[in-house]
Amino acid sequence: MAQVTLDRVRKTYPNGFEAVQPCSVKIPDGELVVLVGPSGCGKSTLLRMIAGLEDITDGALSIGTDVVNDKDPADRNIAMVFQNYALYPHMSVAKNMGYGLKNRGASKAEIDAKVQEAARILNLGDYLDRRPSQLSGGQRQRVAMGRAIVRDPELFLFDEPLSNLDAKLRNQMRIEIRALQQRLGVTSVYVTHDQVEAMTMADRIIVLNAGRVEQIGTPTEIYEYPASTFVAGFMGAPPMNLLTAQIFEGALKLNEDTVLPITAPAGMGHKVLVGLRPEDVRLGGDGSVLFNVEIVEELGANRLLHGKLGGQDFSLSVGKDEAARTGVQPITLPVARVHFFDPDRGTRI
Amino acid sequence: MKRAGFTTVWLPIALLLPQLMIIAIFFYWPAAWAVQSSFYLQDPFGFGSTFVGVENYTDLMTNTEYGKVARFTLIYTALVTFFSLSIALLLAVKADKVIKGAKSYRTLLMWVYAIAPPVAGFLGLMFFDQRNGPMTEMFQTLGWDFRLGADYNSTATAMVIVAVWKQIPVNFIFFLSGLQSIPKSVREAALIDNRSASGRFWDVTFPLLAPTAFFLLIINITYALFDTFGIIDTLVRSEPGNNPVTLVYKVFVDGFRGNDLGGSSAQSVILMVLVLLLTVFQFRLIERRIHYT
Repeated sequence: MAQVTLDRVRKTYPNGFEAVQPCSVKIPDGELVVLVGPSGCGKSTLLRMIAGLEDITDGALSIGTDVVNDKDPADRNIAMVFQNYALYPHMSVAKNMGYGLKNRGASKAEIDAKVQEAARILNLGDYLDRRPSQLSGGQRQRVAMGRAIVRDPELFLFDEPLSNLDAKLRNQMRIEIRALQQRLGVTSVYVTHDQVEAMTMADRIIVLNAGRVEQIGTPTEIYEYPASTFVAGFMGAPPMNLLTAQIFEGALKLNEDTVLPITAPAGMGHKVLVGLRPEDVRLGGDGSVLFNVEIVEELGANRLLHGKLGGQDFSLSVGKDEAARTGVQPITLPVARVHFFDPDRGTRI
Repeated sequence: MKRAGFTTVWLPIALLLPQLMIIAIFFYWPAAWAVQSSFYLQDPFGFGSTFVGVENYTDLMTNTEYGKVARFTLIYTALVTFFSLSIALLLAVKADKVIKGAKSYRTLLMWVYAIAPPVAGFLGLMFFDQRNGPMTEMFQTLGWDFRLGADYNSTATAMVIVAVWKQIPVNFIFFLSGLQSIPKSVREAALIDNRSASGRFWDVTFPLLAPTAFFLLIINITYALFDTFGIIDTLVRSEPGNNPVTLVYKVFVDGFRGNDLGGSSAQSVILMVLVLLLTVFQFRLIERRIHYT
């Protein structure tokens, strides 16, 4: 177990493309950190640099107290779970799990004991002699987990480990991985593009966009105080509403007819982006703000109403007990939960 | 499940007929003829034949010359198969790691594939030429009085080298595509599990190449046994007397040069049985141990 420190770690490819811009993060011992972002944002590259599968162009990476930039993956004392499991197809489940230990010179008895223990934790006891091809997707996922935990690593790396599973199994494995990680207390870095996985599993989230760290924070911080319009739009489903408003004598105008009953932030120019979470907005009100509902999306537990507010796209979420219909209706905006962003740079004000 | 099928018996038979006829005319008929003529002793001038039973076979078994050729064939096949597989594997593993100019590199390695065996033999003749062959000169610098066509071991060496050289590209192509079909993430998992590159190769890469290697083993044994005929024919310069030849070449020499059709047929039959046994052995014993993913 160890803390992981990235000090201005950067990745540039020979063709000049900067996949990861200088990134400094300190991951405390025992935490699970989720790297999240859309595809191509550099999250996998960053993970693979930590694993040693990609060279680090600049900066220093330490696991524990050692700088490991020049260490081979096998010498970094890490374990990695791959997206497609990457099990050795010609080895039995037991051999798959014990292979790393065998190469570190562990005795046969020690390997057996650790494999048995991992199999017990992961309910794989009956499958130790099987080949990966004889297992279901979920079982293969467990074997990949088992291969990681028998090594007793200082650091777990997960590269979108659940994206090949169906939705139900994904939810189940999500909880299992989180529970296992907390029980073992191993520092972990987890890559995903799924913001639900990021929110539910992480101690700390790192949101990446186009090779740049947009925000680092706990799930609550990320959700409640998104640092940029990118984070605001990426984290949360449905995403936060972002309305472009003109500041006119201290009032926020969406268009000629719609003025938001919200005080404009001080010291701004004449334009601002107003962010509102769909679940913070309520139906009903004094009629000062009118929402034209065009579509009602039924989700079971709640309903999403999509339409136009002052000519701009807007959504709000209501509980299943509330009546929802299309057409123009009054809404109430949460004055206390408004986010303001700079319209040019997208940063939080 | 619905079974797709023909409503009449005649249509499938008609569709299979061309293939069956080709097999019958070009394999079963000559094979049957060889079995039959192996029990006869033919007059060298074509004036008839006498039934001699299994005498042709017993002659072969007691013939020291035949035993010698059989032993040479065994060694020759083993050497050609081993070297053409191992060198090709080495080249494929190295070429797989090349990133810059990979395509031209691979194309160059595959070029020899297009050369016909007699042409390969002829190129061999030039390389091992007694007066100014570069290979001959190299061996002589190393202190070996290399004489192609006159010295048994020299000719044998040249035969093995040319046959291996000719077969490497085929093996290379198959090994390379086999290597490239191994998932990248499996190799990366091995990279994390094992710090030794040779350990990773023998524990992970090679077992995953085993289906390819098994297929190539059959192809290479068959190649060394039968398809090197053109190379041998060119290199021994039709002087099979004091030069090493393989069983297949001996069938040709005895039958068409020595006009001993009965003895030659008996040799063919023995070869057929050998190939049959080899095939059964390979598929029954080896394939069972190989993991197909």
